[in-house]
Amino acid sequence: MSGPAIQVERLVFAYPDGRQALFGVDFTVERGERVALLGPNGAGKTTLVLHLNGILGSVAGGTGSGRIQIGGTGLHREHLTEIRRKVGLVFQDPDDQLFMPTVRDDVAFGPANLGLRGSELDDRVHEALVQVGMQDQADLAPHHLSFGQRRRVAVATVLAMRPEVLVLDEPSSNLDPAARRELADILAGLDVTLLMITHDLPYALQLCERSLLMDGGRIVADGKTRDLLGDADLMAAHRLELPYGFDPLSVPGPERS
Amino acid sequence: MSGDGLLVAVDSPVHRVPAQVKLVALFVFVLAVVSTPAAIFWAFGLYAVMLVAAVAVAKLPATVVSRRLAVETPFIVFALLLPFVATGPQVDVLGLHLSQSGVLGAWNVLAKGTLGVIAAILLSATTAPRDLLAGLERLRLPATLVAILSFMVRYLSVVSDDLHRMRVARESRGYTGGRVGHLKAVAGGVGALFVRSFERGERVHLAMRSRGYTGRMPLLSVSGATRAQWFEGLAISLAAVTIAVAARVVSL
Amino acid sequence: MLRFGRNKNQNERVHVPDGFFDAPTSVATGLIAAGAVGFSLQRANRELRETGPALAGLTAAFVFAVQMVNFPVGAGTSGHLLGGALAAALVGPWTAVLVMSTVLLVQGLLFADGGLTALGTNITLMGLITVLVGYFLTRALLKVLPRRVGSVVPAATVGALVSVPVAALAFTGLYSIGGAVDIPIGKLATAMVGWHVLVGIGEAVITAAVLSAVVATRPDLVYAARHLQQDLVLVDADGNTSTVSPDRPIAAKPAGRSLGVGIAVTLLVAGGLSLFASAHPDGLEFVGAKLGFEGAAKNSAVAGSPLADYGVHGIGNAQVSGALAGIIGVLVTIVVGLAIAKLASLRANKAS
Ligand SMILES: Nc1ncnc2c1ncn2[C@@H]1O[C@H](COP(=O)(O)OP(=O)(O)OP(=O)(O)O)[C@@H](O)[C@H]1O
Ligand SMILES: [Mg+2]
Repeated sequence: MSGPAIQVERLVFAYPDGRQALFGVDFTVERGERVALLGPNGAGKTTLVLHLNGILGSVAGGTGSGRIQIGGTGLHREHLTEIRRKVGLVFQDPDDQLFMPTVRDDVAFGPANLGLRGSELDDRVHEALVQVGMQDQADLAPHHLSFGQRRRVAVATVLAMRPEVLVLDEPSSNLDPAARRELADILAGLDVTLLMITHDLPYALQLCERSLLMDGGRIVADGKTRDLLGDADLMAAHRLELPYGFDPLSVPGPERS
Repeated sequence: MSGDGLLVAVDSPVHRVPAQVKLVALFVFVLAVVSTPAAIFWAFGLYAVMLVAAVAVAKLPATVVSRRLAVETPFIVFALLLPFVATGPQVDVLGLHLSQSGVLGAWNVLAKGTLGVIAAILLSATTAPRDLLAGLERLRLPATLVAILSFMVRYLSVVSDDLHRMRVARESRGYTGGRVGHLKAVAGGVGALFVRSFERGERVHLAMRSRGYTGRMPLLSVSGATRAQWFEGLAISLAAVTIAVAARVVSL
Repeated sequence: MLRFGRNKNQNERVHVPDGFFDAPTSVATGLIAAGAVGFSLQRANRELRETGPALAGLTAAFVFAVQMVNFPVGAGTSGHLLGGALAAALVGPWTAVLVMSTVLLVQGLLFADGGLTALGTNITLMGLITVLVGYFLTRALLKVLPRRVGSVVPAATVGALVSVPVAALAFTGLYSIGGAVDIPIGKLATAMVGWHVLVGIGEAVITAAVLSAVVATRPDLVYAARHLQQDLVLVDADGNTSTVSPDRPIAAKPAGRSLGVGIAVTLLVAGGLSLFASAHPDGLEFVGAKLGFEGAAKNSAVAGSPLADYGVHGIGNAQVSGALAGIIGVLVTIVVGLAIAKLASLRANKAS
């Protein structure tokens, strides 16, 4: 299969209550790229990302138009299963993602839907839990885990499906500094195409060479993360602010390693 | 209110009985109790002894059981009213004019209700929610219903926490209660809670679909119960059935 | 549903316990409940496939949580919500039956709240009757109210108001068939319905307040009013505007037939139950006789307050008159409800 990992053209979408969230989105992500999706609250980032595996949008019976291709495969009803395997989505709130009674049940949910059973399924679950360092908590109920642990299990539920494209919605939010760094280590070690929504600009710079900036339901800028963060006018125009004392030009980024 | 129900997480022979066996045992036991004629007092004594023994074997603290028994209170009130309102021949007790059938009826409701609650506590305190769901699944409860139950149990604590946070937020801004305006605030909060819960339900469904859900939940239960486990778990219930039958025969 | 007095206990959700009804009645209501759940599973199948079981589960968690909330209803009293009519308006009748049954099942199995043999009774009363009565009244009223989403508030308010006393009447009917103790059914019915009209008012006030909050923020979520939604305007990538009908996962069925069905069901239930109510069999007298309490003569319940005289005067047959009284009671409640709804919608119109 050829073609870019993600290709989105002229994407338009309105929610059932009539609020339009996307007003024509265009962008392409090549295989193996790590891209940050930046933008103020309400820009439409989450909405956009939910389109990438066809859970929102006209494929899902919603109101909208446009074209999406994942790894060269068009997002049509008949390819939905395949595309949902390829695109792994980690939701912003881990409580949305962890819906089964125990951690093990939850990580097994995706692979079981792919048809895995028995020891093959167990191995897959164990492997994913080891990747995020949560193998010892497999039998706990999600509400007995800390927030950071839940976030990591949420990543594991998606990794267990061995996705080609990993999409994360604000992975570093609500994490303490240590958990935030541990998650960065986990993400940096993965061999997948990565699209990451974040308000944590240093995190974007640390993990992603390239960034997309979204506002008002459109992509308004696309370029090197360092260049975007260094453009004070662009940042101010879209309500983006760097943490106090943070200088994007003086920090090492992924392009150096 | 947590999603753990009343579970007391210790290890005991009762905890180890498979959930489907305990469910059937509970149901049979309570049905036996309910069909025992109220006037056969010794039968209720035997039921009580068996239950107390089971509670002891399950290592349940007496405080857990007694606190939970408080759910009965309103019906105790109702039961105590019965002797005054029921019809039939009257008796005079301590100067009170009571109906005989009412006194017996009060005893009937109290005895059966209490035994039923204790038996139910025994189940809920010794069975983890997940096992309970797996047991219901084993007992062929429709899969959709098991799925709804499982989501409810999973999100009980999340929704309760939301509710709690909203109350704290409201009260820390000066609402303390008592006025009609307060109703608006509380109900508005509950309305917002519904919207939140509903939207979470939608997001959970999206999360499920993005992991390949197409309408069938994976099975929770792995292995069935052995014959020995069935026999062990049903012992008390079978004894109860014997007692109930004996009581019927005696009362004829 | 039964609430005797108030207390500050957090878990004041009172369900029928074991031993309240005799075994045959428990089994019979168990069968009714199982049938209702099975039927609802089938009817809700399409919406459950589209919205997923998670939505129903979260709604159940919501109902469970809200049943523990103390609502200040004014004059120093507080009310609690059963939530049957509210759930029906929010997620539709069939899902609501499943939701309420799930709540009762979890309360019974996880929290030892409500007897297991009484589960069928509890589901029938609180999961089935309140939901159906509430929903069909709501839909019927939406027919006569202005065609706006906001009309669902007064409509469901009346649904909630009526649903609770009807359930209480059903309880009385069940009690007359399978109650463990013989008490004058007329008195019981009067007391139950009278008390539950008050409970119903609380239920109605809370339902109205919660629904108006939902209508204000996410009107599209209210199942009972889905058909009243407006069309959407969509701007595409080139700035062209087009109008689309809203994404309605499951449009509610037109109320034409359900109006008739709803009223018929309500009358049938009320009438049937009152019929039973006036023909109470005498289970306990049997026990009494066995015990040696001889001469358990049947006292008629005629004596006492005129209110307790639960029958229509001038009609000879006690059973027929009891049934008539039930039907008239429901009719009066509906008329009063309609009047309240009309007033409420007039006020809402003036306000906007
Ligand atoms: N389920 C929904 N129904 C209706 N409107 C919605 C829904 N979800 C989001 N919106 C609206 O769509 C717009 C875009 O929302 P979206 O969640 O995509 O923003 P976001 O960029 O992810 O914001 P944030 O940074 O706060 O997460 C907002 O105006 C929001 O109010
Ligand atoms: Mg977002």
